[in-house]
Amino acid sequence: MLSKTVAELSAALDRKDVSSVELTQAYLDRIEKLNPDLNAYITVCKEQALKQAAEADKQRAAGNSTPFTGIPIAHKDIFCTRDVLTTCGSRMLHNFVSPYDASVVERLQQAGAVTLGKTNMDEFAMGSSNETSYYGPVRNPWDSSRVPGGSSGGSAAAVAADLCAIATGTDTGGSIRQPASFCGITGLKPTYGRVSRFGMIAFASSLDQAGPLSKSAEDAALMMNAIAGLDSRDSTSLDHPAEDFTAHLQQSLKGLRIGLPRDHFTADLNPAVQTILQDAIKVLESLGASVTEVDLPHNHLSVPAYYVVAPAEASANLSRYDGVRFGHRAENPVNLEDLYKRSRSEGFGDEVKRRIMVGTYALSAGYYDAYYKKAQKIRRLIKQDFDEAFKSVDVILGPTSPHTAFKLGEKNADPVTMYLEDIYTIAVNLAGIPGMSLPAGMLQGLPIGMQLVGPAFSEARLLNVAHQFQLNTDWHQRRPEVK
Amino acid sequence: MALDNTDVEKIAHLARLQIKQPDIDEVTSRISNILTMIDQMQSIDTSAVTPMAHPFDATQRLRPDQVTETNQRDRLQQIAPATENGLYLVPKVIE
Repeated sequence: MLSKTVAELSAALDRKDVSSVELTQAYLDRIEKLNPDLNAYITVCKEQALKQAAEADKQRAAGNSTPFTGIPIAHKDIFCTRDVLTTCGSRMLHNFVSPYDASVVERLQQAGAVTLGKTNMDEFAMGSSNETSYYGPVRNPWDSSRVPGGSSGGSAAAVAADLCAIATGTDTGGSIRQPASFCGITGLKPTYGRVSRFGMIAFASSLDQAGPLSKSAEDAALMMNAIAGLDSRDSTSLDHPAEDFTAHLQQSLKGLRIGLPRDHFTADLNPAVQTILQDAIKVLESLGASVTEVDLPHNHLSVPAYYVVAPAEASANLSRYDGVRFGHRAENPVNLEDLYKRSRSEGFGDEVKRRIMVGTYALSAGYYDAYYKKAQKIRRLIKQDFDEAFKSVDVILGPTSPHTAFKLGEKNADPVTMYLEDIYTIAVNLAGIPGMSLPAGMLQGLPIGMQLVGPAFSEARLLNVAHQFQLNTDWHQRRPEVK
Repeated sequence: MALDNTDVEKIAHLARLQIKQPDIDEVTSRISNILTMIDQMQSIDTSAVTPMAHPFDATQRLRPDQVTETNQRDRLQQIAPATENGLYLVPKVIE
Protein backbone atom coordinates (compact mmCIF):
# COMPACT_ATOMS: atom_id res chain seq x y z
CA MET A 1 0.00 0.00 0.00
CA LEU A 2 2.75 2.49 0.96
CA SER A 3 4.42 2.23 -2.46
CA LYS A 4 1.27 3.39 -4.26
CA THR A 5 0.94 6.71 -6.06
CA VAL A 6 -1.20 9.60 -4.86
CA ALA A 7 -3.71 8.80 -7.61
CA GLU A 8 -3.96 5.16 -6.44
CA LEU A 9 -4.13 6.06 -2.74
CA SER A 10 -6.82 8.64 -3.43
CA ALA A 11 -8.91 5.98 -5.17
CA ALA A 12 -8.30 3.55 -2.28
CA LEU A 13 -9.46 6.19 0.22
CA ASP A 14 -12.56 6.81 -1.90
CA ARG A 15 -13.38 3.09 -1.97
CA LYS A 16 -12.78 2.99 1.82
CA ASP A 17 -10.18 0.23 1.33
CA VAL A 18 -8.20 2.16 3.90
CA SER A 19 -8.71 5.29 6.01
CA SER A 20 -6.33 8.22 6.08
CA VAL A 21 -5.69 7.55 9.78
CA GLU A 22 -4.63 3.97 8.98
CA LEU A 23 -2.51 5.11 6.06
CA THR A 24 -0.87 7.89 8.07
CA GLN A 25 -0.14 5.50 10.94
CA ALA A 26 1.43 3.01 8.51
CA TYR A 27 3.75 5.68 7.09
CA LEU A 28 4.62 6.88 10.62
CA ASP A 29 5.50 3.30 11.60
CA ARG A 30 7.73 2.92 8.54
CA ILE A 31 9.40 6.26 9.25
CA GLU A 32 10.07 5.19 12.84
CA LYS A 33 11.66 1.99 11.58
CA LEU A 34 13.72 3.30 8.64
CA ASN A 35 14.46 6.95 9.33
CA PRO A 36 17.19 6.34 11.95
CA ASP A 37 19.32 4.92 9.10
CA LEU A 38 18.12 6.98 6.11
CA ASN A 39 17.92 10.32 7.99
CA ALA A 40 15.41 11.58 5.42
CA TYR A 41 13.32 13.48 7.99
CA ILE A 42 14.57 16.16 10.35
CA THR A 43 11.19 16.50 12.08
CA VAL A 44 8.27 14.05 12.20
CA CYS A 45 4.87 15.61 13.05
CA LYS A 46 3.19 12.53 14.50
CA GLU A 47 0.32 14.01 16.51
CA GLN A 48 -0.48 16.76 14.03
CA ALA A 49 -0.48 14.25 11.17
CA LEU A 50 -2.92 11.89 12.90
CA LYS A 51 -5.20 14.83 13.71
CA GLN A 52 -5.13 16.04 10.09
CA ALA A 53 -5.82 12.46 8.93
CA ALA A 54 -8.87 12.14 11.18
CA GLU A 55 -10.21 15.43 9.82
CA ALA A 56 -9.51 14.29 6.24
CA ASP A 57 -11.44 11.07 6.83
CA LYS A 58 -14.44 13.17 7.95
CA GLN A 59 -14.15 15.40 4.86
CA ARG A 60 -13.97 12.44 2.49
CA ALA A 61 -16.97 10.81 4.18
CA ALA A 62 -18.86 14.08 3.72
CA GLY A 63 -17.98 14.16 0.04
CA ASN A 64 -15.68 17.21 0.30
CA SER A 65 -12.59 15.72 -1.18
CA THR A 66 -9.74 16.68 -3.49
CA PRO A 67 -7.16 14.16 -4.78
CA PHE A 68 -5.02 15.14 -1.75
CA THR A 69 -7.61 14.72 1.00
CA GLY A 70 -5.99 12.39 3.53
CA ILE A 71 -2.80 11.81 1.47
CA PRO A 72 0.32 11.71 3.70
CA ILE A 73 3.01 14.01 2.28
CA ALA A 74 6.33 15.52 3.37
CA HIS A 75 7.69 19.05 3.05
CA LYS A 76 11.30 19.97 2.45
CA ASP A 77 12.47 21.76 5.60
CA ILE A 78 12.90 24.97 3.58
CA PHE A 79 9.12 25.60 3.73
CA CYS A 80 7.87 27.46 6.78
CA THR A 81 5.30 25.43 8.72
CA ARG A 82 3.34 27.16 11.44
CA ASP A 83 4.21 25.99 14.96
CA VAL A 84 6.56 23.34 13.55
CA LEU A 85 10.38 23.49 13.61
CA THR A 86 11.74 24.79 10.27
CA THR A 87 15.54 24.45 10.12
CA CYS A 88 16.48 24.78 6.42
CA GLY A 89 19.17 22.19 7.25
CA SER A 90 21.08 24.78 9.27
CA ARG A 91 22.25 25.20 12.84
CA MET A 92 21.26 28.86 12.35
CA LEU A 93 17.59 27.83 12.50
CA HIS A 94 17.89 24.94 14.99
CA ASN A 95 15.35 26.73 17.21
CA PHE A 96 13.14 28.37 14.55
CA VAL A 97 9.50 27.42 15.09
CA SER A 98 7.83 29.25 12.24
CA PRO A 99 5.03 31.67 13.12
CA TYR A 100 3.37 31.15 9.71
CA ASP A 101 2.86 28.70 6.84
CA ALA A 102 4.43 28.97 3.38
CA SER A 103 1.88 29.35 0.56
CA VAL A 104 2.78 25.89 -0.77
CA VAL A 105 2.15 24.38 2.67
CA GLU A 106 -1.10 26.30 3.08
CA ARG A 107 -2.42 25.26 -0.33
CA LEU A 108 -1.67 21.57 0.22
CA GLN A 109 -3.27 21.76 3.66
CA GLN A 110 -6.35 23.37 2.14
CA ALA A 111 -6.41 20.50 -0.35
CA GLY A 112 -6.60 18.16 2.65
CA ALA A 113 -3.07 16.72 2.61
CA VAL A 114 -1.60 15.26 5.82
CA THR A 115 1.88 16.56 6.72
CA LEU A 116 4.04 13.68 8.00
CA GLY A 117 7.06 15.86 8.62
CA LYS A 118 9.92 17.98 7.35
CA THR A 119 12.65 16.50 5.20
CA ASN A 120 16.41 16.85 5.43
CA MET A 121 18.29 19.00 2.92
CA ASP A 122 21.60 20.64 2.16
CA GLU A 123 22.04 23.69 4.41
CA PHE A 124 20.02 26.57 2.93
CA ALA A 125 19.68 24.38 -0.20
CA MET A 126 23.38 24.85 -1.00
CA GLY A 127 24.67 21.50 -2.13
CA SER A 128 24.23 18.60 -4.54
CA SER A 129 24.61 15.67 -2.14
CA ASN A 130 22.72 16.52 1.08
CA GLU A 131 26.07 16.37 2.89
CA THR A 132 26.07 20.04 3.94
CA SER A 133 23.08 19.52 6.27
CA TYR A 134 23.75 20.35 9.93
CA TYR A 135 21.50 17.37 10.74
CA GLY A 136 23.76 14.81 9.04
CA PRO A 137 23.71 13.35 5.53
CA VAL A 138 20.74 11.47 4.08
CA ARG A 139 21.49 8.00 2.75
CA ASN A 140 20.36 6.84 -0.65
CA PRO A 141 17.69 4.11 -0.21
CA TRP A 142 19.21 2.17 -3.15
CA ASP A 143 22.64 1.99 -1.49
CA SER A 144 23.25 3.40 1.97
CA SER A 145 26.92 4.16 1.18
CA ARG A 146 25.77 6.66 -1.46
CA VAL A 147 24.27 10.15 -1.42
CA PRO A 148 20.62 10.79 -2.40
CA GLY A 149 21.61 13.94 -4.31
CA GLY A 150 20.72 17.42 -3.20
CA SER A 151 19.59 19.75 -2.10
CA SER A 152 16.13 18.12 -1.81
CA GLY A 153 17.82 14.83 -0.80
CA GLY A 154 15.53 14.07 2.14
CA SER A 155 12.38 14.54 0.06
CA ALA A 156 13.76 12.33 -2.74
CA ALA A 157 14.87 9.57 -0.34
CA ALA A 158 11.54 9.72 1.53
CA VAL A 159 9.53 9.27 -1.69
CA ALA A 160 11.83 6.49 -2.99
CA ALA A 161 11.79 4.59 0.33
CA ASP A 162 7.99 4.92 0.70
CA LEU A 163 8.26 7.13 3.77
CA CYS A 164 5.57 9.39 2.22
CA ALA A 165 3.33 9.38 -0.85
CA ILE A 166 4.81 12.52 -2.39
CA ALA A 167 6.99 15.41 -1.23
CA THR A 168 7.69 19.05 -1.94
CA GLY A 169 11.13 20.30 -2.91
CA THR A 170 12.84 23.39 -4.27
CA ASP A 171 15.17 23.77 -7.22
CA THR A 172 17.64 26.66 -7.61
CA GLY A 173 20.17 24.88 -9.85
CA GLY A 174 18.93 21.29 -10.01
CA SER A 175 17.89 20.57 -6.43
CA ILE A 176 14.67 18.75 -7.38
CA ARG A 177 15.83 17.07 -10.59
CA GLN A 178 19.25 15.71 -9.52
CA PRO A 179 18.02 13.98 -6.32
CA ALA A 180 15.00 12.66 -8.28
CA SER A 181 17.50 11.15 -10.74
CA PHE A 182 19.70 9.65 -7.99
CA CYS A 183 16.72 8.15 -6.13
CA GLY A 184 14.75 6.84 -9.13
CA ILE A 185 11.71 9.08 -8.84
CA THR A 186 9.99 11.87 -10.79
CA GLY A 187 10.71 15.55 -10.07
CA LEU A 188 9.48 18.76 -11.67
CA LYS A 189 10.93 22.27 -11.49
CA PRO A 190 8.19 24.59 -12.77
CA THR A 191 8.56 27.83 -14.72
CA TYR A 192 10.01 30.60 -12.50
CA GLY A 193 7.12 32.43 -10.82
CA ARG A 194 4.54 29.68 -11.34
CA VAL A 195 4.60 28.50 -7.72
CA SER A 196 4.66 31.02 -4.87
CA ARG A 197 7.92 31.53 -2.99
CA PHE A 198 6.11 33.04 0.01
CA GLY A 199 7.35 31.28 3.14
CA MET A 200 9.99 29.35 1.21
CA ILE A 201 13.28 30.30 2.83
CA ALA A 202 15.17 32.33 0.23
CA PHE A 203 18.47 31.20 -1.28
CA ALA A 204 18.72 32.87 -4.72
CA SER A 205 15.48 34.74 -5.29
CA SER A 206 15.71 35.05 -9.09
CA LEU A 207 16.22 31.27 -9.46
CA ASP A 208 14.39 29.51 -6.58
CA GLN A 209 11.28 27.58 -7.52
CA ALA A 210 9.21 24.96 -5.66
CA GLY A 211 7.92 21.74 -7.18
CA PRO A 212 6.95 18.12 -6.59
CA LEU A 213 9.06 14.98 -6.03
CA SER A 214 6.75 12.08 -6.81
CA LYS A 215 6.34 8.44 -7.78
CA SER A 216 4.84 9.30 -11.18
CA ALA A 217 4.31 12.13 -13.63
CA GLU A 218 0.58 11.91 -12.95
CA ASP A 219 1.21 12.61 -9.24
CA ALA A 220 3.45 15.56 -10.12
CA ALA A 221 0.58 16.96 -12.22
CA LEU A 222 -1.82 16.52 -9.30
CA MET A 223 0.52 18.40 -6.97
CA MET A 224 0.98 21.19 -9.53
CA ASN A 225 -2.80 21.60 -9.60
CA ALA A 226 -2.72 22.14 -5.85
CA ILE A 227 0.28 24.49 -5.56
CA ALA A 228 0.56 26.56 -8.76
CA GLY A 229 -1.00 29.98 -9.25
CA LEU A 230 -0.77 33.67 -8.51
CA ASP A 231 -0.04 34.68 -4.91
CA SER A 232 -0.20 38.33 -3.91
CA ARG A 233 2.30 37.66 -1.13
CA ASP A 234 5.09 36.86 -3.63
CA SER A 235 5.84 39.86 -5.83
CA THR A 236 7.51 37.64 -8.46
CA SER A 237 4.55 35.26 -8.66
CA LEU A 238 3.21 35.27 -12.23
CA ASP A 239 -0.35 36.08 -13.20
CA HIS A 240 -0.74 33.21 -15.66
CA PRO A 241 -4.11 31.59 -16.37
CA ALA A 242 -4.79 28.56 -14.15
CA GLU A 243 -4.70 25.24 -15.90
CA ASP A 244 -5.38 21.57 -15.17
CA PHE A 245 -1.95 19.95 -15.38
CA THR A 246 -3.54 16.51 -15.73
CA ALA A 247 -5.62 17.54 -18.76
CA HIS A 248 -3.06 16.52 -21.40
CA LEU A 249 -1.55 13.44 -19.75
CA GLN A 250 -3.35 11.06 -22.13
CA GLN A 251 -2.48 12.98 -25.29
CA SER A 252 -0.63 11.02 -27.99
CA LEU A 253 3.02 11.83 -28.65
CA LYS A 254 2.51 11.67 -32.42
CA GLY A 255 4.29 14.62 -33.97
CA LEU A 256 6.25 15.47 -30.80
CA ARG A 257 9.61 16.99 -31.77
CA ILE A 258 12.43 16.14 -29.36
CA GLY A 259 15.75 17.99 -29.40
CA LEU A 260 18.97 16.40 -28.19
CA PRO A 261 21.58 18.99 -27.16
CA ARG A 262 24.83 18.13 -28.95
CA ASP A 263 26.96 19.37 -26.04
CA HIS A 264 25.14 17.07 -23.54
CA PHE A 265 26.01 13.89 -25.45
CA THR A 266 29.79 14.11 -25.45
CA ALA A 267 32.67 12.08 -24.01
CA ASP A 268 32.06 13.72 -20.59
CA LEU A 269 28.85 11.74 -20.24
CA ASN A 270 29.19 8.17 -18.94
CA PRO A 271 28.75 5.89 -22.05
CA ALA A 272 26.41 3.58 -20.13
CA VAL A 273 24.18 6.57 -19.35
CA GLN A 274 24.21 7.46 -23.05
CA THR A 275 23.04 3.93 -23.94
CA ILE A 276 20.21 4.15 -21.40
CA LEU A 277 19.09 7.50 -22.81
CA GLN A 278 19.22 6.12 -26.38
CA ASP A 279 16.90 3.29 -25.28
CA ALA A 280 14.52 5.81 -23.70
CA ILE A 281 14.53 7.86 -26.91
CA LYS A 282 13.60 4.70 -28.87
CA VAL A 283 10.55 4.26 -26.63
CA LEU A 284 9.45 7.85 -27.33
CA GLU A 285 10.09 7.38 -31.07
CA SER A 286 7.93 4.26 -31.05
CA LEU A 287 5.15 6.45 -29.64
CA GLY A 288 5.37 8.84 -32.57
CA ALA A 289 8.04 11.34 -31.54
CA SER A 290 10.81 12.50 -33.87
CA VAL A 291 14.33 13.41 -32.81
CA THR A 292 16.77 16.07 -34.00
CA GLU A 293 19.94 17.59 -32.58
CA VAL A 294 19.95 21.10 -31.14
CA ASP A 295 22.71 23.43 -30.00
CA LEU A 296 22.94 25.20 -26.65
CA PRO A 297 26.22 27.00 -27.38
CA HIS A 298 26.44 28.86 -24.05
CA ASN A 299 25.59 25.94 -21.76
CA HIS A 300 29.24 25.61 -20.67
CA LEU A 301 28.98 29.11 -19.18
CA SER A 302 25.94 28.24 -17.07
CA VAL A 303 27.88 26.97 -14.04
CA PRO A 304 30.23 30.02 -13.90
CA ALA A 305 27.30 32.47 -14.31
CA TYR A 306 25.25 30.61 -11.72
CA TYR A 307 28.08 30.79 -9.17
CA VAL A 308 27.91 34.56 -9.40
CA VAL A 309 24.13 35.05 -9.46
CA ALA A 310 23.28 32.49 -6.76
CA PRO A 311 25.96 33.46 -4.20
CA ALA A 312 25.36 37.20 -4.80
CA GLU A 313 21.64 36.82 -4.11
CA ALA A 314 22.36 34.45 -1.21
CA SER A 315 24.74 36.92 0.42
CA ALA A 316 21.93 39.50 0.43
CA ASN A 317 19.20 37.06 1.50
CA LEU A 318 21.24 35.54 4.32
CA SER A 319 22.16 38.92 5.80
CA ARG A 320 18.89 38.67 7.74
CA TYR A 321 20.44 36.06 10.06
CA ASP A 322 21.97 38.40 12.60
CA GLY A 323 21.26 36.76 15.96
CA VAL A 324 18.78 39.50 16.89
CA ARG A 325 15.25 38.65 15.81
CA PHE A 326 15.22 34.86 15.46
CA GLY A 327 17.55 31.92 14.99
CA HIS A 328 20.90 31.20 16.54
CA ARG A 329 22.46 33.81 18.84
CA ALA A 330 26.01 33.59 20.19
CA GLU A 331 26.42 33.66 23.96
CA ASN A 332 27.77 36.67 25.86
CA PRO A 333 28.53 39.01 22.94
CA VAL A 334 30.88 41.84 23.91
CA ASN A 335 29.38 44.25 21.37
CA LEU A 336 27.01 44.33 18.39
CA GLU A 337 29.66 43.38 15.83
CA ASP A 338 30.73 40.44 17.97
CA LEU A 339 27.07 39.37 18.21
CA TYR A 340 26.67 39.44 14.41
CA LYS A 341 29.98 37.79 13.62
CA ARG A 342 29.85 34.99 16.15
CA SER A 343 26.14 34.25 15.67
CA ARG A 344 26.68 33.94 11.91
CA SER A 345 29.97 32.05 12.12
CA GLU A 346 28.56 29.52 14.60
CA GLY A 347 25.19 29.29 12.84
CA PHE A 348 26.35 28.74 9.25
CA GLY A 349 28.30 25.76 7.91
CA ASP A 350 31.40 26.01 5.69
CA GLU A 351 29.66 25.81 2.30
CA VAL A 352 27.14 28.51 3.23
CA LYS A 353 29.90 30.80 4.50
CA ARG A 354 31.90 30.20 1.33
CA ARG A 355 28.98 31.18 -0.89
CA ILE A 356 28.16 34.25 1.21
CA MET A 357 31.79 35.37 0.81
CA VAL A 358 31.85 34.73 -2.96
CA GLY A 359 28.63 36.73 -3.27
CA THR A 360 29.87 39.52 -1.03
CA TYR A 361 33.02 39.77 -3.15
CA ALA A 362 31.08 39.76 -6.44
CA LEU A 363 28.84 42.58 -5.20
CA SER A 364 31.58 44.66 -3.57
CA ALA A 365 32.51 48.09 -4.89
CA GLY A 366 34.31 47.97 -8.23
CA TYR A 367 33.46 44.34 -9.06
CA TYR A 368 29.76 44.57 -9.92
CA ASP A 369 30.24 44.94 -13.69
CA ALA A 370 32.82 42.18 -13.96
CA TYR A 371 30.71 39.70 -12.02
CA TYR A 372 26.98 40.22 -11.45
CA LYS A 373 26.32 42.24 -14.60
CA LYS A 374 28.43 39.91 -16.73
CA ALA A 375 26.53 36.93 -15.31
CA GLN A 376 23.19 38.58 -16.11
CA LYS A 377 24.35 39.07 -19.69
CA ILE A 378 25.28 35.40 -19.94
CA ARG A 379 21.85 34.56 -18.52
CA ARG A 380 20.31 36.29 -21.50
CA LEU A 381 22.54 34.37 -23.95
CA ILE A 382 21.54 31.10 -22.28
CA LYS A 383 17.85 32.07 -22.47
CA GLN A 384 18.27 32.97 -26.16
CA ASP A 385 19.87 29.56 -26.85
CA PHE A 386 16.73 27.89 -25.50
CA ASP A 387 14.40 30.27 -27.39
CA GLU A 388 16.25 29.41 -30.59
CA ALA A 389 16.12 25.65 -29.93
CA PHE A 390 12.38 25.77 -29.16
CA LYS A 391 11.71 27.20 -32.62
CA SER A 392 12.36 23.73 -34.03
CA VAL A 393 11.58 21.34 -31.15
CA ASP A 394 8.88 20.98 -28.46
CA VAL A 395 11.03 19.52 -25.72
CA ILE A 396 14.74 19.03 -25.10
CA LEU A 397 15.85 15.65 -23.75
CA GLY A 398 19.15 14.82 -22.09
CA PRO A 399 20.73 13.44 -18.95
CA THR A 400 19.82 14.92 -15.55
CA SER A 401 23.23 14.09 -14.10
CA PRO A 402 26.48 12.81 -15.67
CA HIS A 403 26.30 9.58 -13.60
CA THR A 404 24.47 7.61 -10.91
CA ALA A 405 24.53 8.53 -7.19
CA PHE A 406 28.09 8.87 -5.92
CA LYS A 407 29.54 7.72 -2.59
CA LEU A 408 29.26 9.79 0.57
CA GLY A 409 32.40 11.89 0.89
CA GLU A 410 33.51 11.22 -2.70
CA LYS A 411 33.20 14.78 -3.98
CA ASN A 412 33.89 16.83 -0.87
CA ALA A 413 37.56 17.62 -1.49
CA ASP A 414 36.93 20.62 -3.72
CA PRO A 415 33.71 22.68 -3.97
CA VAL A 416 34.15 23.23 -7.72
CA THR A 417 34.00 19.46 -8.38
CA MET A 418 30.62 19.40 -6.60
CA TYR A 419 29.40 22.47 -8.50
CA LEU A 420 30.02 20.76 -11.85
CA GLU A 421 27.54 18.05 -10.83
CA ASP A 422 24.78 20.40 -11.96
CA ILE A 423 26.14 21.00 -15.47
CA TYR A 424 22.93 19.76 -17.19
CA THR A 425 20.40 21.36 -14.85
CA ILE A 426 21.62 24.87 -14.01
CA ALA A 427 20.93 26.53 -17.40
CA VAL A 428 17.22 25.74 -16.97
CA ASN A 429 17.07 27.84 -13.78
CA LEU A 430 19.01 30.71 -15.36
CA ALA A 431 16.51 30.73 -18.25
CA GLY A 432 13.51 30.44 -15.89
CA ILE A 433 11.96 27.57 -17.88
CA PRO A 434 10.50 24.28 -16.61
CA GLY A 435 12.47 21.05 -16.40
CA MET A 436 11.81 17.61 -15.04
CA SER A 437 13.65 14.39 -14.29
CA LEU A 438 12.13 10.94 -14.61
CA PRO A 439 13.56 7.44 -14.21
CA ALA A 440 14.94 6.16 -17.55
CA GLY A 441 16.88 3.06 -16.56
CA MET A 442 19.16 1.34 -14.08
CA LEU A 443 22.93 1.06 -14.01
CA GLN A 444 24.57 -1.42 -11.60
CA GLY A 445 21.53 -1.37 -9.36
CA LEU A 446 21.25 2.42 -9.30
CA PRO A 447 18.63 4.59 -11.03
CA ILE A 448 19.40 6.92 -13.93
CA GLY A 449 17.23 9.93 -14.67
CA MET A 450 16.49 11.66 -17.94
CA GLN A 451 15.76 15.34 -18.11
CA LEU A 452 12.99 16.93 -20.16
CA VAL A 453 13.06 20.70 -20.66
CA GLY A 454 10.41 22.84 -22.32
CA PRO A 455 9.62 26.49 -23.02
CA ALA A 456 8.04 28.68 -20.31
CA PHE A 457 4.65 27.37 -19.13
CA SER A 458 5.04 24.01 -20.92
CA GLU A 459 4.73 21.95 -17.69
CA ALA A 460 1.58 20.20 -18.94
CA ARG A 461 3.39 19.14 -22.13
CA LEU A 462 6.42 17.84 -20.18
CA LEU A 463 4.09 15.91 -17.87
CA ASN A 464 2.29 14.50 -20.91
CA VAL A 465 5.56 13.21 -22.40
CA ALA A 466 6.65 11.81 -19.03
CA HIS A 467 3.28 10.12 -18.42
CA GLN A 468 3.25 8.49 -21.85
CA PHE A 469 6.81 7.26 -21.25
CA GLN A 470 5.74 5.86 -17.87
CA LEU A 471 2.75 4.06 -19.41
CA ASN A 472 5.23 2.23 -21.65
CA THR A 473 8.08 1.57 -19.21
CA ASP A 474 8.28 0.46 -15.59
CA TRP A 475 11.45 2.23 -14.42
CA HIS A 476 9.40 4.57 -12.22
CA GLN A 477 7.85 1.57 -10.47
CA ARG A 478 11.17 0.07 -9.37
CA ARG A 479 11.64 0.41 -5.62
CA PRO A 480 14.75 -0.14 -3.51
CA GLU A 481 14.70 -2.86 -0.88
CA VAL A 482 15.22 -0.90 2.28
CA LYS A 483 15.99 -2.90 5.39
CA MET B 1 41.38 35.73 -9.93
CA ALA B 2 43.51 34.73 -6.96
CA LEU B 3 42.87 36.29 -3.57
CA ASP B 4 45.25 36.45 -0.61
CA ASN B 5 44.40 35.96 3.05
CA THR B 6 44.03 39.71 3.67
CA ASP B 7 41.43 40.00 0.87
CA VAL B 8 39.49 37.09 2.32
CA GLU B 9 39.58 38.56 5.83
CA LYS B 10 38.22 41.81 4.43
CA ILE B 11 35.41 40.01 2.57
CA ALA B 12 34.60 38.02 5.72
CA HIS B 13 34.33 41.26 7.69
CA LEU B 14 31.99 42.78 5.05
CA ALA B 15 29.81 39.66 5.37
CA ARG B 16 30.06 39.80 9.20
CA LEU B 17 31.73 36.41 9.37
CA GLN B 18 34.76 35.29 11.34
CA ILE B 19 37.36 32.90 9.98
CA LYS B 20 39.49 31.03 12.50
CA GLN B 21 43.19 31.61 11.93
CA PRO B 22 44.07 27.93 11.29
CA ASP B 23 41.39 27.77 8.54
CA ILE B 24 42.28 30.90 6.62
CA ASP B 25 44.66 29.32 4.08
CA GLU B 26 42.14 26.68 3.10
CA VAL B 27 39.27 29.18 2.86
CA THR B 28 41.38 31.45 0.65
CA SER B 29 42.40 28.61 -1.64
CA ARG B 30 38.84 27.30 -2.04
CA ILE B 31 37.38 30.72 -2.74
CA SER B 32 40.18 31.39 -5.25
CA ASN B 33 39.35 28.12 -7.03
CA ILE B 34 35.71 29.15 -7.26
CA LEU B 35 36.67 32.56 -8.68
CA THR B 36 38.94 30.89 -11.25
CA MET B 37 36.00 28.76 -12.40
CA ILE B 38 33.78 31.87 -12.52
CA ASP B 39 36.37 33.67 -14.67
CA GLN B 40 35.41 31.42 -17.60
CA MET B 41 32.66 34.01 -18.07
CA GLN B 42 35.29 36.41 -19.41
CA SER B 43 35.97 34.07 -22.36
CA ILE B 44 33.19 35.69 -24.41
CA ASP B 45 32.47 39.27 -25.40
CA THR B 46 29.10 40.40 -24.06
CA SER B 47 29.39 44.13 -24.69
CA ALA B 48 26.31 44.12 -26.97
CA VAL B 49 24.14 41.99 -24.65
CA THR B 50 21.49 43.52 -22.37
CA PRO B 51 21.69 42.08 -18.83
CA MET B 52 18.73 39.87 -17.92
CA ALA B 53 17.32 40.68 -14.49
CA HIS B 54 14.23 38.49 -14.86
CA PRO B 55 13.60 35.51 -17.17
CA PHE B 56 10.44 37.09 -18.61
CA ASP B 57 11.58 40.70 -18.18
CA ALA B 58 8.69 41.13 -15.76
CA THR B 59 8.41 44.26 -13.66
CA GLN B 60 7.35 44.55 -10.06
CA ARG B 61 3.60 44.34 -9.48
CA LEU B 62 2.17 47.27 -7.53
CA ARG B 63 -0.71 47.24 -5.05
CA PRO B 64 -2.71 50.00 -3.40
CA ASP B 65 -0.80 51.55 -0.51
CA GLN B 66 -3.05 50.20 2.21
CA VAL B 67 -2.27 48.50 5.48
CA THR B 68 -3.18 44.83 5.09
CA GLU B 69 -1.11 43.20 7.83
CA THR B 70 -2.34 43.00 11.39
CA ASN B 71 0.03 43.67 14.28
CA GLN B 72 1.52 40.34 15.38
CA ARG B 73 4.44 41.71 17.34
CA ASP B 74 3.98 39.58 20.44
CA ARG B 75 3.56 36.43 18.40
CA LEU B 76 6.60 37.15 16.22
CA GLN B 77 8.76 38.05 19.21
CA GLN B 78 8.11 34.71 20.90
CA ILE B 79 10.95 33.26 18.84
CA ALA B 80 13.37 36.14 19.44
CA PRO B 81 16.47 35.41 21.54
CA ALA B 82 16.00 38.49 23.80
CA THR B 83 13.24 41.12 23.99
CA GLU B 84 11.97 43.66 26.51
CA ASN B 85 8.78 45.75 26.29
CA GLY B 86 8.35 44.77 22.65
CA LEU B 87 11.91 45.71 21.70
CA TYR B 88 14.72 43.43 20.54
CA LEU B 89 17.70 43.50 22.90
CA VAL B 90 21.26 43.79 21.60
CA PRO B 91 24.56 44.60 23.35
CA LYS B 92 25.08 48.27 24.19
CA VAL B 93 25.79 50.27 21.00
CA ILE B 94 26.43 53.76 22.42
CA GLU B 95 28.80 54.11 25.38
